[in-house]
Amino acid sequence: MTVIQKKADNPIAHLTAEDIETLGKELDAIRERVIASRGERDAAYIRKVISTQRKLEIGSRVVLLFSLFPPAWIVGTAGLSVAKILENMEIGHNVLHGQWDWMRDPKIHSTSWEWDHVAPADQWKQSHNELHHRYTNVVGKDNDLGYGIMRVDEDQPWHPAHLGQPFYNFLNACFFEYGIAAYDLDLGNKLKNGGHKDPEFRRRVRAVGRKIRRQFLKDYLLFPLLSGPSFLHTLAANFTANLIRNLWSHSVIMCGHFPEGVETFEKTSIEGETRGEWYVRQMLGSANISGSRLMHIMTGNLSFQIEHHLFPDLPSNRYQEIAPEIRALFDRYGLKYTTGSLPRQVFSAWRKVFRLALPNRRQPATPAAPLDNSANQPPRELVAA
Amino acid sequence: MTATVPPPGTRSFRHRLWRLAETVTTPVLPSDYLDLIAPLRAGADLRGRILAVHPETRDAATLLIQPGRGWRGHVPGQYVRLGVDVDGVRQWRAYSVTSAPGRRTEPISVTVKAIPDGVVSNHLVRRVRPNTIVQLDQARGDFVLPERVPSRVLFLTAGSGITPVAGMLRSGALAGSDVVLVHSAPTAADAVFGAELRGLAERGDIRLVERHTEVDGLLDVAELDTLVPDHLERQTWACGPLGLLDAAEAHWSARGHAARLHTERFRPTVITAGDGGTVTFTRSSVTVAATGATPLLDAGENAGVLMPSGCRMGICFGCVLPLRQGAVRDLRNGQLTTALPGDGVRVQTCVSAAAGPCELEI
Repeated sequence: MTVIQKKADNPIAHLTAEDIETLGKELDAIRERVIASRGERDAAYIRKVISTQRKLEIGSRVVLLFSLFPPAWIVGTAGLSVAKILENMEIGHNVLHGQWDWMRDPKIHSTSWEWDHVAPADQWKQSHNELHHRYTNVVGKDNDLGYGIMRVDEDQPWHPAHLGQPFYNFLNACFFEYGIAAYDLDLGNKLKNGGHKDPEFRRRVRAVGRKIRRQFLKDYLLFPLLSGPSFLHTLAANFTANLIRNLWSHSVIMCGHFPEGVETFEKTSIEGETRGEWYVRQMLGSANISGSRLMHIMTGNLSFQIEHHLFPDLPSNRYQEIAPEIRALFDRYGLKYTTGSLPRQVFSAWRKVFRLALPNRRQPATPAAPLDNSANQPPRELVAA
Repeated sequence: MTATVPPPGTRSFRHRLWRLAETVTTPVLPSDYLDLIAPLRAGADLRGRILAVHPETRDAATLLIQPGRGWRGHVPGQYVRLGVDVDGVRQWRAYSVTSAPGRRTEPISVTVKAIPDGVVSNHLVRRVRPNTIVQLDQARGDFVLPERVPSRVLFLTAGSGITPVAGMLRSGALAGSDVVLVHSAPTAADAVFGAELRGLAERGDIRLVERHTEVDGLLDVAELDTLVPDHLERQTWACGPLGLLDAAEAHWSARGHAARLHTERFRPTVITAGDGGTVTFTRSSVTVAATGATPLLDAGENAGVLMPSGCRMGICFGCVLPLRQGAVRDLRNGQLTTALPGDGVRVQTCVSAAAGPCELEI
């Protein structure tokens, strides 16, 4: 992966500025069609997922009260892991994206939702929705590219510390929710640059502290206490469920932007970016995962990462429905729709983490044509008035 | 979903137990779990279960609703706001309670007339099914009989304006009074509660003057001089279309008896969508004029309001604010969103512009 502008075979060189704007209009039309048809079926879907998740969580936690018995431990831990995954992925992530705000149900709304995660919802919304989704795969702007601790693109400068990145990445996978909380706080930068004295930063740290305390109290003290003689077993079960959830969400999220075939972009390429160009960046900067319906639900439909990045606020159950149409659009415009099975994409992402732990073997090719084919036209507003 | 909802009881053992339950259910609330099994329990957000839907006329139906345990009862003539999910979107509308007040645990009824293009009324009259859960508000409104019921009463109603009056008639509070009801409906068959009202008239409980407007034309309020010669001496409650109410108010004030007329306006605020408008940021007490092309976010920031913001392109939902009332238009697709107080509508300020006067809560 090298920023698209430096590639010898720029994958969008064949598109004119008009092509890109037409493509943008076609995508806008798909979005409008879905919005116009949102309704009872979608509302019933998310309510069903939420009620299933809550019943599964309660059921699993009740079973774990008797976790001294190995079958109860296994069943309870498996159930709780699935419940936690559903809660974070298909429910939390998507509700916090505002995908269900249109229902006007104050209980299922991006402004009121809080999730089973140590990162407070408001901090995550800011770093994820505002920065990652806006600056997707722009080197130096989108910190999701390696989360600030790894080198996942040839154009990110190599440092001897990167030698350890397969290990950091594994550690990050195990404790992913803490990694995300630290990332949302921009902890590394703040500590390095003395920003930790900033009162706003300290307020945010305290908010994370409170969230961690509540999460710990629940998973590692209250439920074990309620389990009486099964104290340690329940504690271990809850730890395991959190671990499984972390490993799963880390894997899914790595597959979204790290596998081979996903493009990255230069900072300067998004100056004066049009709506159409923003769409193209989302199309080329994301990768899907193929699989069963159950797998899609467990990934929070982030297996349709491309569709999600094009339309982050459409209800998640609709991504699968529009995917064939989006794919046809890719074909028609000669763009590469990156997708693969979960094992394949996870392997591809991990291989890159290993490969880029070492410095580049050879220099990247000289700059090719810029992304912004319309560079000599006046910049247009992103949001048409 | 965060732990901000006041728990039932305070400082008591129950309170502490509730707080403990919150630490167990974090990040959601114990009530989020309880709602799954007992949405109508005491302490829950007020809701009701539709027990039955009885057709009244070809375009009106009565809903029998079992309110939750938190229901505090109603006074005849009051209305209740219903939050109904239509096509997945929660919509709030006010309807008069038509049942006589009973014990708080008894079902209540509201009667809904489907109005042309009425999103909620058509849904309630034609599509809603028993067992549906609806959101409720406590009964409100001062279109009620005084504690000492006057001895001579006139009800002037038209269309669904009969509904609050039906609640009063059924309550029995008017048993000793001389009651005249002048009611307009397109035809006899269209009169909501027509048979019941005629029954009351036959029994001599009320004097009923029916006006069938498809045959006899709209009622001119001046006709009351002959229909009910002593109408100005009666305490009068009027409910119906705005035209009727305006005419009645003019008639009673012109004759110097405005104090004896009580009116109920079903739709007090008519939202008319335009292009641009004045935007009020309620908590900041700032009002500015904004064009139909200016995002509300920009309008607020330019006026010095501390607006939350994010991507400024409609994807991050970091700028969402409650629209207390008014109309806004989505700059991306021109879609119109309107709100009245209590509707709980929230809008993305970075991609919405004023489409008439509007109030944002910040």
